[in-house]
Amino acid sequence: MSGLDTLRETMRRDRVFDFVARREPISSERLDTRHGPILYLESVTVSFDGFKALNDLTLYIDDGELRCIIGPNGAGKTTMMDVITGKTRPDEGTVFFGQNIDLTRLPEPEIAQAGIGRKFQKPTIFEQLSVFENLELAMATDKRVWPSLVMRLSSEQRDRIEEVLNTVGLHALIYERAGKLSHGQKQWLEIGMLLMQNPRLLLVDEPVAGMTHQEVEHTAELLTSLAGKHSVVVVEHDMEFVRSIARTVTVLHEGHVLAEGDMDEVQNDPKVVEVYLGS
Amino acid sequence: MASRGLLLSVLEHDRGGKIFLGILVASLVVVPILNLAVPESSPFHLSTFTVTLLGKYLSFALLAMALDLVWGYCGILSLGHAAFFALGGYAMGMYLMRQIGDRGVYGHPELPDFMVFLNWQELPWYWYGFDQFWFAFLMMMFVPGLLAFIFGWLAFRSRVTGVYLSIITQALTYALMLAFFRNEMGFGGNNGLTDFKDILGFNLQEDSTRVGLFIATALALAMGYLACRFIVRSKAGRVIVAVRDAEDRARFLGYKVESYKLWVFTFSAMLAGLAGALYVPQVGIINPGEFSPLNSIELVVWVAIGGRGTLYGAVVGALLVNYAKTFFTGALPEVWLFALGGLFVVVTLFLPRGLVGLFSKVRSKASVEGAT
Ligand SMILES: Nc1ncnc2c1ncn2[C@@H]1O[C@H](COP(=O)(O)OP(=O)(O)OP(=O)(O)O)[C@@H](O)[C@H]1O
Ligand SMILES: [Mg+2]
Repeated sequence: MSGLDTLRETMRRDRVFDFVARREPISSERLDTRHGPILYLESVTVSFDGFKALNDLTLYIDDGELRCIIGPNGAGKTTMMDVITGKTRPDEGTVFFGQNIDLTRLPEPEIAQAGIGRKFQKPTIFEQLSVFENLELAMATDKRVWPSLVMRLSSEQRDRIEEVLNTVGLHALIYERAGKLSHGQKQWLEIGMLLMQNPRLLLVDEPVAGMTHQEVEHTAELLTSLAGKHSVVVVEHDMEFVRSIARTVTVLHEGHVLAEGDMDEVQNDPKVVEVYLGS
Repeated sequence: MASRGLLLSVLEHDRGGKIFLGILVASLVVVPILNLAVPESSPFHLSTFTVTLLGKYLSFALLAMALDLVWGYCGILSLGHAAFFALGGYAMGMYLMRQIGDRGVYGHPELPDFMVFLNWQELPWYWYGFDQFWFAFLMMMFVPGLLAFIFGWLAFRSRVTGVYLSIITQALTYALMLAFFRNEMGFGGNNGLTDFKDILGFNLQEDSTRVGLFIATALALAMGYLACRFIVRSKAGRVIVAVRDAEDRARFLGYKVESYKLWVFTFSAMLAGLAGALYVPQVGIINPGEFSPLNSIELVVWVAIGGRGTLYGAVVGALLVNYAKTFFTGALPEVWLFALGGLFVVVTLFLPRGLVGLFSKVRSKASVEGAT
C-alpha cells in the first residue's frame, strides 16, 4: 500500500480509527447532512470490460433538493443509480450518503434501510401480490426474517398504506393483483412503494415512461411535492416533464457531467446542443 | 384456545387446505379401522401391504410439499431435495440398525453386521448416540438442515440463482450418492442399511406397528402443512414470493434476500429429512440409490403435475404420480418412464399451474356460468 493510500485510509470520512468504529445498525437518523449535501459522488469510475460507463463522475445532491438528470441513451444514468444503491461497485471514487455513510461498503439492503429508495427504469413490482401487499412489503419496518414471520399490521401502519394509496391514486385497486395494472399504474405503485420506505433520498429512473399526458402531470405534481422533505433525483428523457419540475438539471454524457444549471442555461449550452443534435 | 385461534387463522381462506386436512384426518381414523378391526375375510379389509404403501406415499407427499415451499413460493428450483430426504432416512436407518443389538447375523452386541463383515473393531464416532431415539430424531432434521444451511449460505451469498443453482444441487446429491456408496464411509456401502427389527420397542413386522407408522406419517404431513401455511401466510411468506418475482426489488426495499432464501431452504430440507425418516421404517431399507439425481428430478415432476405454490397441490401430485407408478411398474414396466415424461411435458405446456390449477379454473368458470 502506498503512502498516499495509507493517508487516505486514515482520512476516511466514515471512521476515525478502527477500534473506535462501532458497527451500529445503519439508519437514516444517523445521517449527517450538516454540511449541506446529502449525496456525494466524487471521481466515480465504473468500467465494464474496459468500457467506461461512468468516467470520473463528480456530483453532489443537496439535502431536500429536486434534481433532474438528463443525457442521451447510454450516458450512464442508470449505472450511476446502480452505484449509489450498491448494485454496482465503482472501480474508483467515493460515494457518501451524508457525511458519514460510505455507500461503496454497504450491501444493498442496508443502503435501502439507511434511507435511499429507488425506482427502476423498467417498473419492477411484485406481480403476484396485491397492490396493498406490495406497499405493505415496502413499509419501513423491521425487515429481518424472524420479526417478519410474526409481524401483524398495526392500525397506524394500515392507515399509512391507505394514505399512500390515495397519494398515488390507486385506492380503487387496493386488492387488485399488481400484475394486472397498466404500465402507468405500475409506475405509480412503484413510486408508492418508495414512499412507504420513508427514504431521505429518492432515486427515480424514468418515472413517466408509458404514462398518459394526465398521468405525467400528476407525477410531476407528486415529485415536486416530495422535494424539501426528501431529496429527489429524477432521470428522465421527457424534456417537457423535466422542464415542468426542474430547478437544477445535470446533463450526463459518456459517464461524465457535461453541464449543470437551470433548464434554460443547460439547453443553451453549446456542448449540450452538440451532444443532443449530434446523436 | 390460543392454539385453536392460530389454527383457524392459518387456514383462513384456504379451502383446498381444509379439504386436504379433512381427508387426511378421515384417513387417520378409517385406515386403522379397516386394517385392524375389519376381519381379513371382509371385502372392506385393508391389507397391511396397502397401509404401508399409503404411508410411503404420504412420506413422499411431505417431501413434495417441502420442495413446493422452496420452488413454488421462493422460486428456488432445487434438483437435490432427495438428498435431504435420504439423509433423514439414513439417520432413521442408523437408529434402527442399533436397535437390532445382538440379534444380527454375527451376533455382535454393538456393531451392525456390515461393520463386523468389514472387520471393524469399534463403532465410528458418528454412530454414537443413535441408539437413543430422541438423539436420532433430532439428527433426522438437524443433519439435512445443517447441510442445507451450509450449502445455501455458500450458494445464495455468491448469488447463484436459476439454472446454475439447480445444477449444483444436482451435483450435491450426486456427490453424496458416490460418497455413500463407499464402504469406508461407514453407512453400509451399496447395500445401505436394512434388516431392521423394531422401532421404539415395537416389532416392525406387526400390523399394528405398520398402522402406527402410517398414523405418524399422516400426522407429520398435517403438521408440516400447517407449519408451511403459517410461513406462507405471514409477512415473511409474502417476502419469499416477492423474492421469487423480483429479487432486486426486494433487495432494494431493504430485505436481506439471502437470509430469507437460506431460511426457507433450511426449513424445507428439515421437512424433507423428516419425510425420509418416516419412509425408511416403512420400506425397511435405505441405500445410496435414494441420493440418485433422478429421484430429485422425479420429485420436481410430482410438484409440477400437482401444481406449484399451493402446498396441497404438491401432495396431490405426489400421491397421483406414485399411485400411477405403482400401477404401471406392475402392469407395464417399460411404459412408465415414457408416461411420466409425457405427463410432465403435457403439464408444463398446457397446465402451468398443474392439476390443482386446472381444477380451480374449472370451478371458477362453473361458478361464473352459474351466476349468469
Ligand atoms: N452490466 C453491464 N455490462 C456491460 N455494459 C453495461 C452494463 N450496464 C450498463 N452498461 C453499458 O454502460 C453504458 C451506460 O448504461 P446506462 O444504462 O447507465 O445508460 P443510461 O444513461 O441509463 O441510458 P438509458 O437512457 O438508455 O437508460 C451503456 O453503454 C451500457 O451498454
Ligand atoms: Mg437508464
